[in-house]
Amino acid sequence: LSTLVLAEQKGGRLDPSTAQAVSAARALGGPVTLLFSGRGLGGAPSAGAALEGVTAVLTADDEALDHQLAEPAGALIVAVQQRRSFTHILAPSSTHGRNLLPRAAAKLDVQAVADVVEVQGPCTFVRPIYAGNALATVETPAEGLQMLTDASSTSAWVSEEVGTSERPDLGQARVVVSGGRALRSAENFALLEALADALGGAVGASRAAVDAGYVPNDLQVGQTGKVVAPDLYLAFGISGAIQHVAGIKDAKTIVAVNTDADAPIFEVADYGLVGDLFEVIPQLQAELAAAKAQ
Amino acid sequence: MRVLVAVKRVIDYNARVRVKPDKSGVDLKNVKMGMNPFCEIAVEEAVKLKEGGSASEVVAVTIGPKAAGDTLRTALAMGADRGVHVLEDGEVQPLAVAKLLAALTRREEATLCMLGKQAIDDDSNQTGQGLAGLLGWPQATFASKVVVDREAGRASVTREVDGGLETLSLKLPAVITADLRLNEPRYATLPNIMKAKKKKVDTVTAQELGVDITPRLKLVKVEEPAKRQAGVMLSSVKELVDRLRNEAKVI
Repeated sequence: LSTLVLAEQKGGRLDPSTAQAVSAARALGGPVTLLFSGRGLGGAPSAGAALEGVTAVLTADDEALDHQLAEPAGALIVAVQQRRSFTHILAPSSTHGRNLLPRAAAKLDVQAVADVVEVQGPCTFVRPIYAGNALATVETPAEGLQMLTDASSTSAWVSEEVGTSERPDLGQARVVVSGGRALRSAENFALLEALADALGGAVGASRAAVDAGYVPNDLQVGQTGKVVAPDLYLAFGISGAIQHVAGIKDAKTIVAVNTDADAPIFEVADYGLVGDLFEVIPQLQAELAAAKAQ
Repeated sequence: MRVLVAVKRVIDYNARVRVKPDKSGVDLKNVKMGMNPFCEIAVEEAVKLKEGGSASEVVAVTIGPKAAGDTLRTALAMGADRGVHVLEDGEVQPLAVAKLLAALTRREEATLCMLGKQAIDDDSNQTGQGLAGLLGWPQATFASKVVVDREAGRASVTREVDGGLETLSLKLPAVITADLRLNEPRYATLPNIMKAKKKKVDTVTAQELGVDITPRLKLVKVEEPAKRQAGVMLSSVKELVDRLRNEAKVI
């Protein structure tokens, strides 16, 4: 058994997703080889070589691999595999890994396993399906190459942008303040923005709020929108449709504020408060300011 | 330019997902089904390309049992010109789907393949990439904007990647997969649903296309994930702030 991990780097710096992928690769057993490709790899390969369990590092630093386009990067993986015959190829389940790995897998005639969250053995993997509403255990054929994307790292919060007035990206934010149709207008979303800024968070919305035209659809949180996993998710006036809940269930703490005590969002919230968001939000800001001043 | 657009019949995005007691899969009996939301976006984009004069014909393709024919009709009602139904009752895994679509792309001599970025049932997010690999065509996944320059034979595609957007210029023929923000799919109107009934649908099988669709992955079991602990109802904002601070320690 031998595993090739497709390492990720940005501007010559090792991306933290690589370390996560290496630990998933170690769970398979056998030596781990890292493949860096791109242009201007900087210190990333040596940082990768220092990761525990990495036995070899391959680098392809070339103009043709600049920006990591799927066509040359996919061809590179195929060429490397044809020479080295690894038993497993693993990539982080980032947009890059998900863009690249299935293309290379098809060229190698391999049915890849996407978004692996648990390695149970060299051929047995657990992955979420139905937006994480179910977990499937799948077995790959014992013979031949296995290709996987590793999703065990996707909810790890790495860093926060410092020194900008802009709100953090919805997908990366530590705090998300979301509103539903009960906000009643686009203007009222300013209330959520102010609260989000006070908490250093991002603003999100339910599909109902997006469909009502209160906010653009890139703020939509849910199965078909953005799946988020912040430390704190605050849902104001969101009833908790299934597809919304599917997008927030990995949040560490969920707070729901709704006038309807029977709203399904309370079934998944850690803390629920029955009340009018237009009264609760100003109170919350006052309490937060008071708590901060202490 | 002929556009091939793939559509999949899946559980309705608002339906509750229930795992079967014997862990053999998700219970789809008496559950509302519909077109995968990302496929709807792909159909909308393909139809728009035709309306804008970039495409001459839109061919919708589905792979699945007889019931998937309804999904194909929906695509036709949205504006696709004709349909191809690959009739298969069993499971067809992403690599096999990509192989079937590659065979149909060649048969139909399509210049552009539009797909959703993933289906909301198995969430694999592989088919478009696999198809592009098999055809040896350029790919642009997670598309949020598509502009086709027919004369130049290129498509400019903005992609939603981790931490931002990137724009690629693809030489056609190419494969594009749609993300949520690409467009807002239209609803099929009643007159168009009636018209769609008269549009041509070909039925083929994987065997006729010469594609081996034997599943590669074996499903061992499907389980429910650990449920969130039932929370507590609070009576005041003051209490909420206190709990968030001292119990959950998130502020």
